[in-house]
Amino acid sequence: MSKIIASAAIRGAYSIIDKAEKKLEEAIGQKGEDHKVEFPNTGYYYPVIYSMTGEKVTTLGEFKPIIERCNALLPPKVDEGPVHLPYLGHVLDAGMAALFGEEIIEAMNYTIGPDPINGIWLGAADDIIMRERGIQFVDGTAPGFAAIVGAAPTVEDAVKLARACQEKSLYVFMAGEDKSRGISFAEQLAEAGVEMGWDTRLIPFGKEIYSHIFSAGFANRAAMSFGGVKPGDYAHNLRYQKNRIFAFVLALGEVTDEWYATAAGVINYGFPTIADSDIPQILPTGVCTYEHVVSNVPVGEMLEKAIEVRGLKIVVSKIDVPVSVSPAFEGERIRRDDMQLELRGLVKGDINTKGFELVNMVDLDAVEDGHVEVIGPDIDEMVEGSTNSIGIVVEVAGREMQSDFEPVLERQIHSFINSAQGVFHMGQRNINWIRIHKDAFKAGWRMKHFGVLLHAKFKNEYGAVVDKVQVKVYTDPEKVAELMPGALEAYKARDERIAGLTDDAVNEFYSCTLCQSFAPTHVCVITPEHPGLCGAYSWLDGKACFKILPTGPNQPLEKGKCLDESIGQWDKINDYISTASQKAIERMSAYSMIIDPMTSCGCFEAISALLPMCNGIMIVDRDYSGETPAGMKFTTMANTVGGGNQTPGFVGHSRIYILSKKFISHDGGQRRIMWMNKSLKETVAEKLNALTKELYGIDNITDYIADEDVGTEEEVILNFLTEKNHPALAMDPMF
Amino acid sequence: MDEEKECRSVDSCTNELMAICGEEGIELSWDRRKLQGKPCKFGVDGVCCRICFMGPCRISKKSSQGVCGADADTIAARNFARMIAAGAAAHSDHGRDVAETLIMAAKGESEGYEIKDRTKLWAVAKYMEVDTEGKDQGKEEDVNAVALAVGEKALGEFGKSHGYLLASYRAPEQRNKIWDELGVRPRAIDREVVEIMHRTTMGVDQDYENIMKQGTRCALADGWGGSMVATDLQDVLFGTPKPLRSEVNLGIFKEDHVNIVVHGHEPIISELIVLATQDKDILAEAEKVGAKGIQLGGVCCTANEILMRHGIPVAGNFLQQELALVTGAIEAMVVDVQCVMQGLADIAKKFHTELITVSPKAAIRGVRQMVVEEGPNAYKQVKEIVLLAINNFPNRKGKVRIPQESYPMIAGFTDESVMYTLGGSFRASYRPLNDNIINGRIRGIAGVVGCNNVKVSHDDIHLKVVKELIANDVLVLQTGCAAIATAKAGLMTPEEGAKQAGPGLAEVCETVGIPPVLHCGACVDNSRLLIAATQVVKEGGLGDDISQLPLAGSAPEWMSEKAIAIGQYFVASGVFVVFGVGLPVLGAPNFSKYLFEDIEKEYGGKWAVEPDPHKHAQLMIEHIEAKRKKLNLKFERKLLDMAARRELEV
Repeated sequence: MSKIIASAAIRGAYSIIDKAEKKLEEAIGQKGEDHKVEFPNTGYYYPVIYSMTGEKVTTLGEFKPIIERCNALLPPKVDEGPVHLPYLGHVLDAGMAALFGEEIIEAMNYTIGPDPINGIWLGAADDIIMRERGIQFVDGTAPGFAAIVGAAPTVEDAVKLARACQEKSLYVFMAGEDKSRGISFAEQLAEAGVEMGWDTRLIPFGKEIYSHIFSAGFANRAAMSFGGVKPGDYAHNLRYQKNRIFAFVLALGEVTDEWYATAAGVINYGFPTIADSDIPQILPTGVCTYEHVVSNVPVGEMLEKAIEVRGLKIVVSKIDVPVSVSPAFEGERIRRDDMQLELRGLVKGDINTKGFELVNMVDLDAVEDGHVEVIGPDIDEMVEGSTNSIGIVVEVAGREMQSDFEPVLERQIHSFINSAQGVFHMGQRNINWIRIHKDAFKAGWRMKHFGVLLHAKFKNEYGAVVDKVQVKVYTDPEKVAELMPGALEAYKARDERIAGLTDDAVNEFYSCTLCQSFAPTHVCVITPEHPGLCGAYSWLDGKACFKILPTGPNQPLEKGKCLDESIGQWDKINDYISTASQKAIERMSAYSMIIDPMTSCGCFEAISALLPMCNGIMIVDRDYSGETPAGMKFTTMANTVGGGNQTPGFVGHSRIYILSKKFISHDGGQRRIMWMNKSLKETVAEKLNALTKELYGIDNITDYIADEDVGTEEEVILNFLTEKNHPALAMDPMF
Repeated sequence: MDEEKECRSVDSCTNELMAICGEEGIELSWDRRKLQGKPCKFGVDGVCCRICFMGPCRISKKSSQGVCGADADTIAARNFARMIAAGAAAHSDHGRDVAETLIMAAKGESEGYEIKDRTKLWAVAKYMEVDTEGKDQGKEEDVNAVALAVGEKALGEFGKSHGYLLASYRAPEQRNKIWDELGVRPRAIDREVVEIMHRTTMGVDQDYENIMKQGTRCALADGWGGSMVATDLQDVLFGTPKPLRSEVNLGIFKEDHVNIVVHGHEPIISELIVLATQDKDILAEAEKVGAKGIQLGGVCCTANEILMRHGIPVAGNFLQQELALVTGAIEAMVVDVQCVMQGLADIAKKFHTELITVSPKAAIRGVRQMVVEEGPNAYKQVKEIVLLAINNFPNRKGKVRIPQESYPMIAGFTDESVMYTLGGSFRASYRPLNDNIINGRIRGIAGVVGCNNVKVSHDDIHLKVVKELIANDVLVLQTGCAAIATAKAGLMTPEEGAKQAGPGLAEVCETVGIPPVLHCGACVDNSRLLIAATQVVKEGGLGDDISQLPLAGSAPEWMSEKAIAIGQYFVASGVFVVFGVGLPVLGAPNFSKYLFEDIEKEYGGKWAVEPDPHKHAQLMIEHIEAKRKKLNLKFERKLLDMAARRELEV
């Protein structure tokens, strides 16, 4: 039966390439061959074409050889006669050509319209999104993605399927309509009022099947940015896709030739197709890990089937709360009109409620595991739409528990609560803010469910250190006010403890090789004063994670003999770096970006780069997509710095590291900062000013630091710095 | 009598023309076989010794030793080894000619030859240890320089004074270890042939195991040497085959065309004939004599060579060579080397057919010889031959009786094209094959190769063995006349093949779009099967040596010494090999026990003889199942969590 699929896919590829060619001609006719083209804010050109062929297309004319390549890949059509030639290889090539064609079509849509960003449709994900979301594919918070084509039989089916994907933490990429009905899955979700977007993991790319090229492009960029896959190394890329990006296609409705072609294209990636229609199946394994095409699966069973066919294991622990729980719900926003009520410590305007969240370690005997107590009125006893006080105290006990882990656990409250569908959480400690959706309330969500949820989550994810958990939820405003000073005292004590935690004060650092599955030579060394590049892992996290999973990616590293105090090198740390990077990197400095800087995977929050003329550095974070004085955008720079490379003069790091006393201390520390993108500067300004005053006696350093409003050319910056007399101008040369 | 005639062949074209021969008194190989009477039992059993002239001696109950005291085992082993030497010499001398042609092409000294497959040239250069650093595949002079170096290196393999055959290192690591431990890694190709001749002459090596050690080394020098050189350099010169369509059997000839048969083994001349028959000027000449065109058709392995690369139709296999002439429609039959029957000369005389020998190595008494010397005049000489055929078109006498039957087929399977077929340009690999062997859809792989033999019903044994194998979900790879037999029965089309294949194999074939029986080329191309087996090992999941694979070899209708050489190099590469017809060792109890049993302990492969096609196929299937069991093949669906996924290789 695959002869039918082969014939259709090859026909579909011809049709797509034909459209791409015509659209390109049209665009060249309008704009000329030299017209510059790009997908928005990406350093990866047209990522499918770039990753597979290594070609950097930047003008319309440069697409012409790509079209030629597509035509060369297009196989002869499968004969209807009695003897046909082997077609599997042909179909896969036709599919790849179709993907190139689809990328060209979308490129032309960006150039001459129709604009891919239109109504619910989001168009291509830029590199900011890719980095932020890509990391979830690395750490496992997103087990994969479902590429949905067409439309479910009913709106209700669509919502069910989307929710099921979310419950399993999967991303859902949507493109293509069911031609026979003229409707698409994303439109069905929109009709049902389901919140879509990157935050809820439901991403509507476009109404035509071609927009699924953004799904492939996302996967390819993940391979290049996190996986160290070199552009043009298609074999490595596709191996990576098959064994790291666990994606699959759900085809809903009538399968067209162009769908077949696209599905054939991603079979190259090892992504199988599950269809609800009665199309031929391809069951023998080989290109994909298991089956290639499985059909006639009722829409309600498709997801389970797809997970099985892709070889995925997704454990969703059932928690006894009346709503679904999944990281996919973390991004939900709840508008005021939709909220049943809110609970806030984060005060605003004339609201004077109080709130706090606290995790306390107590004796084993003092905890009754699973006990949840609500002190004060429940939700149904509160006024709809009101704002209320909240105090959440989680008491944990365990033989392996240490008081150092309290803040580590406490920080999880945010994502744990947020992962409940219809419950929104922001902030932490005494600036927390919770909203409960009317639907969640209707579904039965009450105050005790905060406790049930937190108990289950802490036991599931921190079971190695936590033997018993009990939760007290305070809603009585007087009680909250009474407990508030104690909470504040606890926070203060913890802050002081962390402030006292210096690199010199500890004997061991922690490794983090979580990203090695993606960047094989990269290894993070996390010290108390140098948190992980991703911003997600502090030294205490490393310590806790090691306790939780002793063979896991975080291992204690004995420092050994200090080789150079100033640049921060220790013999045993260097030995470790050499082994863990498979000898790719021999030495690493904790406090210098010039001499043996730390390597970077792809998930750093910010990059510091040398500005040679200014005798200082610039820092740009990943949310800023404009030009920088280094002559490169963040994404371009990230390609240089990432992938486990050691690039003197450049270093990737977390945002919070900027506020560390050890921030490139060997190279001159925070005094060297000449330029920061504005949003980053504003975020760190207060603490940065205080710190620079404390360390170097400089007042208001941020006044001397340029940003994009001053300019993005080094000469302009230099003039500004000279005018302001930036303190670093008088310092010794950086290198 | 009639009964015997009926079982001469199962091929309808053959039977149709054979009937005409009976009526017209044309003597065929089958008739001559009858006149020969019952074959001498001592020869059949391998215990007739003609090495010195004190004999000939033969071993019987009465006399257990020859004059010199040589026993049955020594005599049979010496004869067997000499067959290997002859077979290896044939393939390897063919390989040498190709190497010389490549050198001439690289130097631009030969019209009509060029380097057609540069990617393959680079691949061969790699294992031949020719440095390609800084050389550009796009530059003519670089390509010629690499080709020249590869050609010289290849030529060196025949007579080098030091070291071992470079291609032998292409085998799986485990196989290399076995050869080194047993000391059988071949040195220079010619040397191994010479050493057999020395060791088996009067009064030298008289220990059957020691004789076979050299027999093995010589056989390996064929499979991993001469044959591999021939295959690979032919690919470089003429292009690596890709799957293509063609037709097979005597029905391919056309009454209104000039019909030319090429027969023999080497593609060197036939490639030029293909070129000439497509030449506009030549076609115009054909038109002048009233022909609508030129129909070229091949017989034996020359057929397979030009089939694989150009889709030129195949007229028939070994036992059909004489019958091709009986059609009365053949203007010329051009023969080069190997498997060319002298009987052709007499039959050609009965028709207008010009029988022409073109190799200086192979003349036939009384037959026109037009030696084509590779060099600047080669193409000119070939054109003259074709023109001779054209001018012979008006000379046809009597009725033309071309059988109506021909079958469509797919050919062109090589290591490279199988990789592509299974994964396209971007995912080319053997993974789908290995996976489906592991999951049991395909039980295993069989190589069914070899000749025709008048002692058994023509094509019958081939077909029965192949059909039984595919019905039991065994994927069959074929070369030589065995491949032609199967193609004639339609099994090399995906549609017909699927009907006869077991459900698992049929499903995989349907997925890939291939027949269950793959045509892999001529008999030198058995080297392709060695590489395919190596690739399956390297792809992983089926053990770390060829001997662990669920794999078996077979030559159901063998007759040539070359088959013995091939059989032994497969055995020494770890394959279980079953021969039909018989094997000239059965009169030597210890030597045959060695071949049928003991040799397995050394090489992991062994010989078997089984003339009955059903039992023959069952032996192979049992072996395949036993290997599967040993590998403990189980298909398990593993659902991977994040930690397990990190273990996967990227």
